[in-house]
Amino acid sequence: MTDLAQDLLSSFVVAEPQLNGSRNLGVVHLRKEALDRFEALGFPTTRDEEWKYTNLKPVLKHNYRILLKGDDAVSFADIKSYLLSDLDTYKLVFINGKYSSWLSDSTHQEFDVCTFAAALNKYPDTIAEYLGKAAPKGETFVDLNTAFADDGAFIRVKASQTVDKPIEILYLTTNENGPAFSQVRNLIIVEQNAEVQLVERHQNIGDQPSFTNFVSEVFAARDARVSYYKVQNDADEATLVDNTHVVQKEQSNVHVGTYTFGGKLVRNNLHFYSGGEHAESHMDGITIIGDGQTVDHHTLVDHQEPNCYSRELYKGIYLGKSHGIFNGKVMVRQKAQKTNAFQQNDNILLSDKAKVDTKPQLEIFADDVRCSHGCTIGQLDRNALFYLRSRGIPKHEAEGLMTYAFAADALEYVKIPQLEKRLNRVIAEKLGINLEFTL
Amino acid sequence: MIKINNLQARVEDKEILKGINLEINPGEIHAIMGPNGSGKSTLSSVIAGREDYEVTGGSIDFEGEDLLDLNPEERAHKGIFLSFQYPVEIPGVTVSNFVKTAINESRKGRGEEPMEAREMLAKMREKTALLEMDKSYLSRSLNEGFSGGEKKRNEIFQMAMLEPKLAILDETDSGLDIDALRIVAGGVNKLRTADNAVIVITHYQRLLDYIKPDFVHVLYNGRIVKSGGPELAHELEEKGYDWIKAENA
Ligand SMILES: Nc1ncnc2c1ncn2[C@@H]1O[C@H](COP(=O)(O)OP(=O)(O)OP(=O)(O)O)[C@@H](O)[C@H]1O
Ligand SMILES: [Mg+2]
Repeated sequence: MTDLAQDLLSSFVVAEPQLNGSRNLGVVHLRKEALDRFEALGFPTTRDEEWKYTNLKPVLKHNYRILLKGDDAVSFADIKSYLLSDLDTYKLVFINGKYSSWLSDSTHQEFDVCTFAAALNKYPDTIAEYLGKAAPKGETFVDLNTAFADDGAFIRVKASQTVDKPIEILYLTTNENGPAFSQVRNLIIVEQNAEVQLVERHQNIGDQPSFTNFVSEVFAARDARVSYYKVQNDADEATLVDNTHVVQKEQSNVHVGTYTFGGKLVRNNLHFYSGGEHAESHMDGITIIGDGQTVDHHTLVDHQEPNCYSRELYKGIYLGKSHGIFNGKVMVRQKAQKTNAFQQNDNILLSDKAKVDTKPQLEIFADDVRCSHGCTIGQLDRNALFYLRSRGIPKHEAEGLMTYAFAADALEYVKIPQLEKRLNRVIAEKLGINLEFTL
Repeated sequence: MIKINNLQARVEDKEILKGINLEINPGEIHAIMGPNGSGKSTLSSVIAGREDYEVTGGSIDFEGEDLLDLNPEERAHKGIFLSFQYPVEIPGVTVSNFVKTAINESRKGRGEEPMEAREMLAKMREKTALLEMDKSYLSRSLNEGFSGGEKKRNEIFQMAMLEPKLAILDETDSGLDIDALRIVAGGVNKLRTADNAVIVITHYQRLLDYIKPDFVHVLYNGRIVKSGGPELAHELEEKGYDWIKAENA
């Protein structure tokens, strides 16, 4: 057992009575059970098949504070650059896991855009119905989060409602007092034929290490439409384990886009449970990282019902001494005939010190299905590079341009133009190219 | 304009150019012919600066400057243009943005101001008309899904936009249909001035009926083994390369 695991277990006794929802017996029970499972499992090591390529040891060794306090000193000016400033949005801002009402813009009017803490008190039935129902028990980080998390975004869109503007969820860590371990949680319920767009971001604004263990549960009912964008551009010393679990019903359409540029270590566990006919599951993303960074995408699409479609497209660009991991599992259950599953992971290594481990994993138990998958790891095409240079385009720009062109089609499903622009800007900056070139 | 002296180049261990001598003056058109694999495209690539080829000897002087010291983009800025035998597809970059960038990078390289948007637009309009190209090409991804002939025409469009001093056309005629050949060759002729020069690499006399060379050279086994006037192309068309090979056995 690591020191951190020990610390967590012993902190629980102190923490538990203070957590939101500690009078809700169902929740208390859930937390205790989850903690027991965490105690049995501990943190994964590289001996675990699912963590073979991602070594947590260096980021678990910090002396993290576990019981964090909010920070009133954070002003809008401090967080402005992490928000889509040129767009009217609902905003849920959390600082060290505590809701900041003065930086947020929530609503209870037609739909709920509020906090998990509020929902624990206000909607105990909804909590009992949904909490912990998408994220699987027995996954160590999920269990740990279930035990500790007491706040985060709660979004419930009632049948046939469309949330009139995107919702931005910002989780900030300020850690002047040393390394911080934060655990926050989303519960997102999109009822029949309802629609919502989410933009989410975790951001460490201190100079100390941070570790965020995050769980997001998304329930998309029949005909629901969800666009969920994750902007991962955290500070150099930040670690994020993102566990996002999406349960889909008939004809629902859910897109999760993951755009990863920053952070020391990012692990995305993104699971789709396609549990209704004609459901569509889209997941895509761009990863551009450099020296000292590791990004690990572990995805699962679990096709449980017939006639569903899933599309998965991840692009990776690796500079310096960076490490990318992609593990895409597609499961097609026996009942799920006529499944159409597409998966592609393409990577470019721009340095000979960069490394990528990519692995598609298909488990197909139905016989009438269409599954395609592929992965590539390559360098920039020398021929194309010479072609561009011979027309007068300097080497650096030519490389940037080709890399950009390589990555850009993973942005195709971004439906918020301001976000697309923003992502393009970050990508251009990362690659050191002039945007006018391609836009 | 350009003076190639005893140029030798190889890729890995393979000697490809074995001592090329060629001098081209402003206003001239030189045709280079020769059997497959003799080194024509290699010579073009070496002039344009492709780094996969190692120059092991000789020199290239371009307007008094040693070209071999420059990288491909710098050579382009000086006015060298290579129309590729096999143009490369670049998905995600439109023809018009690409051409705009190429022009402005070249201007920047020469210390000039970027071209005004209005002038750029007018120029694109003029050159697409010259080559009888549909303007819809401009908003397509560079060469992506272009037919063989469309790619070649697009190369000459880029040449027309960039207005190089020395243009090397590597088998621009291959892939073009009869009408397209006439249009593209007509375009090349219109772009000629007393100050620029063209190297035409081709296997067929037909192109030389349109673009009339001042000199014809035969490249064989990494060397220019014969040079002459336009009549040499006719002779090759008639007799093939056997006699050249026999002379150089
Ligand atoms: N990058 C390379 N690696 C290995 N061999 C090469 C390379 N480039 C050229 N060669 C070889 O060098 C020789 C000359 O090739 P080159 O393309 O210059 O011929 P060419 O005269 O243009 O022929 P063609 O008329 O068929 O276009 C050929 O034997 C070719 O296989
Ligand atoms: Mg050739």
